[in-house]
Amino acid sequence: MTSANQIRMPAGGASASPAGPRQAGRASARRADNRRKWYEIIGLTTPAILIYVMFVLVPMGFAVYYSLFRWRGVGPPTEFVGLRNYTLAFQDPIFLDALRNNAIIVFGSLLIQGPIALGVALLLNRRFRGRAVFRLLVFVPYVLAEVTVGIMWKLLLTGDGTVDALLRSLGMGGLVQAWLADLDVVIWTLLAVLTWKYVGFAIILLLAGLSNVPDELTEAASIDGASWWQIQRHVTIPLLGPTIRIWMFLSMIGSLQIFDMIWVTSVPAVRSLGASATMATYMVDNGFFARLWGYGNAVAVILFVISFVAALLFQRFLLRRDIEGAITGRAK
Amino acid sequence: MAVNSVLPQSNGRRQISWGTPLTYAIALAIAAVSIAPVIYVVIGGFRTTPQIVADPAGLPDPFVWDNYARVLTQSNFWRQAFNSAVIALGTTLAVVVFGLAAAFVLARYRFRGREGLYTFFTLGLLFPAGAAILPLYLMLRDLNLINSYYAVILPQVAFSLPLTIVILRPFLSAIPRELEDAAAIDGASRLGFLWRVAMPLSRPALVTVGVLAFVASWNSFLLPLLVLSDVDLHTLPLGVQNFSSQYTTDTAGVLAFTSLAMLPALLFFTLAEKQIVGGLQGAVKG
Repeated sequence: MTSANQIRMPAGGASASPAGPRQAGRASARRADNRRKWYEIIGLTTPAILIYVMFVLVPMGFAVYYSLFRWRGVGPPTEFVGLRNYTLAFQDPIFLDALRNNAIIVFGSLLIQGPIALGVALLLNRRFRGRAVFRLLVFVPYVLAEVTVGIMWKLLLTGDGTVDALLRSLGMGGLVQAWLADLDVVIWTLLAVLTWKYVGFAIILLLAGLSNVPDELTEAASIDGASWWQIQRHVTIPLLGPTIRIWMFLSMIGSLQIFDMIWVTSVPAVRSLGASATMATYMVDNGFFARLWGYGNAVAVILFVISFVAALLFQRFLLRRDIEGAITGRAK
Repeated sequence: MAVNSVLPQSNGRRQISWGTPLTYAIALAIAAVSIAPVIYVVIGGFRTTPQIVADPAGLPDPFVWDNYARVLTQSNFWRQAFNSAVIALGTTLAVVVFGLAAAFVLARYRFRGREGLYTFFTLGLLFPAGAAILPLYLMLRDLNLINSYYAVILPQVAFSLPLTIVILRPFLSAIPRELEDAAAIDGASRLGFLWRVAMPLSRPALVTVGVLAFVASWNSFLLPLLVLSDVDLHTLPLGVQNFSSQYTTDTAGVLAFTSLAMLPALLFFTLAEKQIVGGLQGAVKG
């Protein structure tokens, strides 16, 4: 759609015939305009390019460089160790735990939030009184800061705290756990809290996608005698495909990088044993707080490569049709 | 993409009906689960810590204003809210200005390398901000920017630009060329067209990217945690975290601080809900 709306270039010069004074004047005006155009292009894009290159691309380059050194962050790095930081990371059981936890969060989020959100969105895909209020309320957990929400849940989940009291009063005292302290339980607790925070986002996104499904299609199907479920199964859900795939993409990338909520909700001791660590918390704990800068940067590169490859694979195989041109680089 | 949302809704407003009981049951259940913990925290702020310990799930009896009063008068709440606001506004302004300028060129100038430049920016969507945090810290340290607003604003702007450009470009491309020709006939330059025509016309999209950048900045934690060690520069998320670890035994106080920290985000969200939802919709629409 872009090409039709471009700034029109001065009419092509190929047909310009004998160079009379008028033509020469027009040609130089054209050149001046062309020069001005380039000044504008450069002037308008330079700030964005500079900031973007300097704070997005350059740091990742430095991370690769630093990751090859043993370095405590003081003075320039000198002790070159090659790929040793990488092999160390993959030999550290805590880091492997962090990888496992990230995998639990990625797949757990997709498998739990996806069906819930799809079910709720399909059932609520109609205009009803109070729908705006519903949308507002469901979206609240998503809009609050992960930190605030994390602190909140930490308080609710303390031993003999609100959640425990609630469970006991409902006669489900047997379910009470050391939610955030039990090494085998904590990651599932965190997954539950993350589900609470992000399922509303999935619902809103799917409802938005549903509002783009033309009524004519579902009406036609129901005239043809299709049941409600058949309509959802064969008309609505397939049309919702792009929205579902993009939600999956955003969820996956977010889960791989997850930091804030894990950091504030889980106890440092539990994290340092690996039970609730993620790649990002592991990276910050080791790189920033323990000042193992070379090692931390190696973890950063691993986190980056995993996210990047996951994103590229997803783009390549699932999103290609949805955001054509945006990332695959093909012109629209 | 985002263009869809500029087009007027073709089908007129339909009769809004009452839903079925099932619809309401589900809607109510989901809404209750979403909002109940937040309400609990706000109400908990009106109780005393002994009350909470004795009966974690009870109601305030009597109502106590002291926790909220204490947080508002004795803590760094106002200072932190101010810092959060400065950083969020600075980020938003820079993202919108630089993003609009770049998106305008990418949408309405034809030049060699344009699609390459666009791809170059969209590549940023695949760069996780979290992964770059350590080298980012080292770079900001070398630039002597640690413990300044810029240390948070500049990286946030950088990481918001790709999405901003992806949202704005189709919007700007969709402005009919007739308008541009008309502006040219009236003597407007290309920049005049940007200022007087393109910018007002793309206001919905600008509001959307602005709101998204603002909310992301207001809630951000990891970057401020590393680059703002000076307590006077702390933002609200850092404040909540500090307060809760400093006063572990003062549960009621922590609940009050947490509710107050939620308040600005909730207010802002209620006002800008349409833009946030619209923005997400526009950003992800195929």
